[in-house]
Amino acid sequence: MSEQRSMLSEPVIREIEKWIKRYPPEKKCSAVIPALHAVQRDNGGWLTTELMDAVADYLGMARIAVYEVGTFYSMFVHEPTGRHKINVCTNVSCMLCGSDEIVAHLQRRLGIKLGETTADNKFTLREVECLAACGGAPMMQVDRAYYENLTPEKIDEILDGMME
Amino acid sequence: MVTIEIDGQKLEAESGAMLIEVADKAGIYIPRFCYHEKLSIAANCRMCLVEVEKAPKPLPACATPVMEGMTVHTKSPKALAAQRGTMEFLLINHPLDCPICDQGGECDLQETAMGYGGDSSEYTDAKRVVKDKNLGSLISTDMTRCIHCTRCVRFGQEIAGIMELGATGRGEHMEIGTYVEKSIDSELSGNMIDLCPVGALTSKPFRYTSRPWELSATETIAPHDCLGSNIVLHNRFDKIKRALPRDNEDINECWISDRDRFSYQGLSNDRLLQPMIKERGVWQEVDWETALTKVAQSFDTIREQHGANQIGALLSPSSTLEESFLLQKLVRDLGSSNVDHRMRQLDFSADDTAPVYPSLGIKIRELDQLDAALLVGSNIRKEQPIAGHRLRKAALAGAKVSLVNGLDYELSFSAAETIIVSPSCYASELAGIAKALLEKGASAPGGIANLVNGVTVSQPQRTIAQQLSDGDKSAVILGTQLLHHHDYATIRALAIAIAKMSHSSLGALTDGANSSGAWLAGAVPHRVVDGVAASRVGLNTQQMLTQGLRSYILLGIEPEFDVINAQQAISALSHAELTVMLSAYVSDTMREYADVLLPIGAFSETSGTFVNIEGNWQSFTGSVPPPGEARPAWKVLRVLGNLCQVEGFDYTSSEEVRDEVARMTTDSPDLLGGWRCPAELKTGGGEVYTVSDVPMYAVDAIVRRASALQNTVDAKNTQAASMNSRCAEKHGLTDANQVRLSASGVEISLPLRINERVADNCVYVPAAVSATMMYDFSQQAVQIQR
Repeated sequence: MSEQRSMLSEPVIREIEKWIKRYPPEKKCSAVIPALHAVQRDNGGWLTTELMDAVADYLGMARIAVYEVGTFYSMFVHEPTGRHKINVCTNVSCMLCGSDEIVAHLQRRLGIKLGETTADNKFTLREVECLAACGGAPMMQVDRAYYENLTPEKIDEILDGMME
Repeated sequence: MVTIEIDGQKLEAESGAMLIEVADKAGIYIPRFCYHEKLSIAANCRMCLVEVEKAPKPLPACATPVMEGMTVHTKSPKALAAQRGTMEFLLINHPLDCPICDQGGECDLQETAMGYGGDSSEYTDAKRVVKDKNLGSLISTDMTRCIHCTRCVRFGQEIAGIMELGATGRGEHMEIGTYVEKSIDSELSGNMIDLCPVGALTSKPFRYTSRPWELSATETIAPHDCLGSNIVLHNRFDKIKRALPRDNEDINECWISDRDRFSYQGLSNDRLLQPMIKERGVWQEVDWETALTKVAQSFDTIREQHGANQIGALLSPSSTLEESFLLQKLVRDLGSSNVDHRMRQLDFSADDTAPVYPSLGIKIRELDQLDAALLVGSNIRKEQPIAGHRLRKAALAGAKVSLVNGLDYELSFSAAETIIVSPSCYASELAGIAKALLEKGASAPGGIANLVNGVTVSQPQRTIAQQLSDGDKSAVILGTQLLHHHDYATIRALAIAIAKMSHSSLGALTDGANSSGAWLAGAVPHRVVDGVAASRVGLNTQQMLTQGLRSYILLGIEPEFDVINAQQAISALSHAELTVMLSAYVSDTMREYADVLLPIGAFSETSGTFVNIEGNWQSFTGSVPPPGEARPAWKVLRVLGNLCQVEGFDYTSSEEVRDEVARMTTDSPDLLGGWRCPAELKTGGGEVYTVSDVPMYAVDAIVRRASALQNTVDAKNTQAASMNSRCAEKHGLTDANQVRLSASGVEISLPLRINERVADNCVYVPAAVSATMMYDFSQQAVQIQR
């Protein structure tokens, strides 16, 4: 256990502790989502099984319970990713509003397919389920920011802004 | 209470109850997959949709609380359409592989599809495929068939107490599994097979061997622990194919342990099929008459030449009440009183004050309702899994469960206090708890105040004392390991004192399935039926084997595993002029020390009765005939009785034997026993002591031969010794893979594991496994060498 715990860096542990304090002591497991975020950020944007185990042991949870959370939410990633994650929604509302064209444009512009990372390791393009922004469909999420009512032009603008 | 109407039937219901519970009670069936009365409500399968008047949409009956005046239709066109719609969705991804699916014929999905589904589907796309998982030797998976009811996941979280399966991924990508390659290790895991409503989780040993409609069922009692779980055995062509639980809310609810479920595999290996006699060192197969005549004549000769007290009888604590009664009757009628079923007991000094039979002190179902409990020398979770499950229920409801053990066993709940000490300190720990109770002003049984006078009370001891006396319903329970303790009488006396002073019940968890029945039947040297003192006191197991008798008759035991000091047992048996074994099994070791081998039926092949730890007489019939020439042991003993010309051996059925015992027993036996204060408190010296238990899958001859159980992690972990790192360091074993242990001149070498859960200055050695067969477990102190 002590070995596992050392997988979590000092700042990550401080961050997790901050979250644990917000919940009753017997509900430490409530901190699992922010804990996984902290660990993922610290690990260059993705999670390993070992890191999820470390979170489980730290929070006193069954390991499988952490895997459940870690695999349910699309913001948790289980393989190495580029510096920026582009999540594009292709669920019903976005699809009806033209997400196929958005995906096609993103793939053309970045030169990669869905699920791939650019050669310079800058962008990873992923198809995700509904991100609860149907009112602004089609939409995508770049890292933590939402971009709605997308058009190819708007995408170019956003990506250009990130090129520097 | 509220009044509701379901399908035109007016029903009274507990307010807050769910519709499906009320309907179930009234015998109105609503189809369901995820709902199970013992599990939390998930409401994720949607199969139980029903029409509720004034509700705009159909509602799930499992998650809809009843309300006054509710009118429900479970078979209205609207309800049926909703159910048919759900069924169509559930079948979208379910493969149509019923002909090759093991669940076929007993599949909830198959049956519900027939009863509530449509005859076609609008779905034409490809079905998804999910990769199978390897969950170990007990559970087989076909995860493509899974309909995500999550019963197995909830079972792990809520009942077994270790979450091993989970639902990873989301939506179309959701999968039930372990995520990483891992076996399912819960001692109750097989129940997931029963819970799975489809063929996703099936029994690995049973797989592809039979169709359910080809099997005939016999109701019987599980023979591996003192709970007596109710089971049903399924057989085909006179072979047991599987074991399933039978509902009994007072004992096992709807669950059984993996041991009770998968042990049947051991019924087909190494069976003794023909009576055999060793003549001048050569084994010969003979007929029953020859064999039994030879035994009767040999007993006669021994009686004439050396006296009847040279006959000793040793029987398994899992022999039936009838077998136990007949064997002690035979031996006593021959003029000997040497009969005992306590194969692992060492300290018999409390025999005269023992209760009529050992009992739990409370009903098994009352374990759930305890407020506080103290367990001493017990790995309850593995030794009596169903009792462990019930104690977990109490702990989840807030009970303070504390333990005194030599090994900090992994529990399925969190303990209030855990005292981990060398077994040589159990007595002083209990003395501390007794002292704490005395200091609180409790009145102690005679002599205790004096005995614990010099004891200083530690904080954990004080806490346990407080918890026991605070609890309305509290219990002190002596575990199976404690019954094998050197200082059993002293520890038991202290436990009696603690129970009396804290107004707790006192109970024990015994070896085998019928230890209580063996006591009742008189299969102990100092008492006959119903605890009546024997006119002639005979020798107990230890005395019989250390003194060495001229002849022995053994029933249902393998001494090399079942007797606490196997080496001594084998030596005594080999030196005897006559060793008769009534055994279902034969092994090379047996062929060496036995002189006559008489094949008997296992529990599934004989009628009989087990008396469980709450004193419940549970009779059963044989499921299949014994193989070969084997016969039920009660019949063999009856014929042997006739041949030995003893009176009253004319029974025509095992029921007659049982009824005779029943007539001799009183309705309210003394289950408390007498009181005698121990003379002194012994405390251990500086030596290293052995902490030992009989691992879950080594308890008896059947389990030891059950191959799937032997391939579990639990069984594989039992071939090594372990100690904590401090102890290892002290003996220069920090980096050693092997350790040599010697006690009373016998040395064994075992793989060594470092385990911080073992008490200081102790080495854990598993009993009843081949690696430690020759180890002398009757010695407490042990020498350790690299």
